[in-house]
Amino acid sequence: MDYTKDFLLNLYSTMVIIRNFELKAEQLFLEGELPGFIHLYIGEEAIATGVMANLRKDDFITSTHRGHGHMIAKGADINKMMAELYGRETGYCKGKGGSMHIADFSIGVLGANGVVGGGLPIAVGAGLGIKMKKSDQIVVAFFGDGASNTGAFHESLNFAAIYKLPVIFVLENNMFASTASTKETTAIENISDRAVGYGIPGITIDGNDVIAVYETTQEMVKRARNSGGPSLIEAKTYRIKGHFVGDPELYRGKKEVEGFWLNEPIKKLEKRLESEKILSSTEKNKIWENAQKKIEEAVKFAKESPIPHGKDALTDLFINDSGYDY
Amino acid sequence: MREITFAEALGEAILEEMQKDPTIFTYGEDIAKQGGIFGAYKSLLGKFPDRIFDTPISEEAIYGSALGAALVGMRPIVEFHFADFLFTGIQSITLQIEKIRYMTGGQGKLHLLLRGPDGISNSAAAQHSESIETIFMHTPGIKVIVPSTPYDIKGLIKTALREDDPVICFEHKMLYKIKGPVPEEDYTIPFGIADIKREGNEVTVVTISRMVHESLKAAEELKKEGISVEVIDLRTLVPWDKKTVIESVKKTNHLVVAHETWKRAGWGAEIASVVQEEAFDYLDAPIIRIGAKNVPMPFAPNLQNFVTPDYKDVIEAVKQILR
Repeated sequence: MDYTKDFLLNLYSTMVIIRNFELKAEQLFLEGELPGFIHLYIGEEAIATGVMANLRKDDFITSTHRGHGHMIAKGADINKMMAELYGRETGYCKGKGGSMHIADFSIGVLGANGVVGGGLPIAVGAGLGIKMKKSDQIVVAFFGDGASNTGAFHESLNFAAIYKLPVIFVLENNMFASTASTKETTAIENISDRAVGYGIPGITIDGNDVIAVYETTQEMVKRARNSGGPSLIEAKTYRIKGHFVGDPELYRGKKEVEGFWLNEPIKKLEKRLESEKILSSTEKNKIWENAQKKIEEAVKFAKESPIPHGKDALTDLFINDSGYDY
Repeated sequence: MREITFAEALGEAILEEMQKDPTIFTYGEDIAKQGGIFGAYKSLLGKFPDRIFDTPISEEAIYGSALGAALVGMRPIVEFHFADFLFTGIQSITLQIEKIRYMTGGQGKLHLLLRGPDGISNSAAAQHSESIETIFMHTPGIKVIVPSTPYDIKGLIKTALREDDPVICFEHKMLYKIKGPVPEEDYTIPFGIADIKREGNEVTVVTISRMVHESLKAAEELKKEGISVEVIDLRTLVPWDKKTVIESVKKTNHLVVAHETWKRAGWGAEIASVVQEEAFDYLDAPIIRIGAKNVPMPFAPNLQNFVTPDYKDVIEAVKQILR
């Protein structure tokens, strides 16, 4: 398929922004600037970017503990994201959630999730709600190969299949469930084969090829929007960084990781765009510089933002808290 | 006033609110075609076929989907079949429903209601007899209602269906068939307001659900011996009506807390603690807690009776506290 230059450069720019956000988050965490845990999406940028290029603002997604990329690709405000990583009052969750619970319901992100597989039933419910409302919105549930071995995965796929819900299950197979290799934890080669068990389409694709992700998702989105029901896309990728920043990575060798840097999604698209003369080196530099500038601005915004007051911890639990004993 | 059953009052509340609010729908196991295992939905059979439906036995997906449906603007009512089975899908409640609004800094409205039967019935044994309301009182993020009469369940369910916060409702299996007066006109009961089911001035008994009826029976017996017992039905545990309890203790100077759930770390311990923290000087005797013995529910009828508290335990506690 032919794509306009603008479209392709947009995909590229989104991936570059995600990459730079993650590199900065890693650096800040190692410098001791950020509390908590950080799970990086480096090497997986093509999936969020390719999927989200098919979605409308009023479509929904559920994300994971490795969710910064999903947020950015869905159109989140990077300043508010960085402020949340810093635990500031101006952050997406006013400092109550942090990296693992970042969310923006106004753009359809129903939350990152600290529980592996935790977002799947929520996505199914959003799909159920949409069906009850008779709207043409859709839901994408992002999750990993680890989540595909939880009960929530099986319950959710069956649930979505029997009610023909407009949910696309996007399995980001990054070859690791925390420290355990997928090969050791999963009995089959392609997890998308499990779709057969629920009577829905399942397809395995190269998750590092943003165009392949875009095209496959486009088909499944069309199907979901036209009441065709759910589908399962397994996007194979590789988690180039550890499970979390600071992971000693005793479960794999450096050589293995180096090999995967050669196949990472940004370089992959770059090669294609350069060979098709769509991306000049000047344009490339401009895109990277712009991204870095944006991220630096976000860091400045976060650092200058106020720290929440202790008593703010006693807000936001209920809408009506009359009589509640804090 | 006309009298209807607890189950009919529940059905009326749901039906009337569904007629007014098109976003309400209800689903769970064995409700649409069967009307619920204990007949909770009998009066809803054949009504709103698109908005009342049966699901597969997938509790984690059922409870979690209520959250997703609420976030996109619907108002789901989920039947949890047996309170015991809340544990099979517990992460969707304690890690998701209870936390998502808080951890996202107050985004979204979680207008959803989880409801279903709890407590003992005829020898249902260890996996179908539990009362686990304490767990949801302990973990912050959901409102807990535990009605004891047809009047109360109708009013409390109506409030739940007009609230924008998540609510869990425990309905004791042995209450579905009891009858009581329920007005025909619309009414609601606010959360956090206890109901003094019987006034008295010597001992306060704080309780909920089936134990309200056991406590009232005990109070009637004790009256014959000249002992005056006040029975307070909390009706809701989150929030709970501290004011009414403390005012009553100031009057009676004696407190017994009675529940069917296990005595050890049951919610009665919380009530007892708060009362001794805030009204110690008014107490003439140590507070007594009544609860099930700390074992899983046994099967044989005599074993079940031995483990489960009833009106006799209330009578004994009241006499002991006055000694």
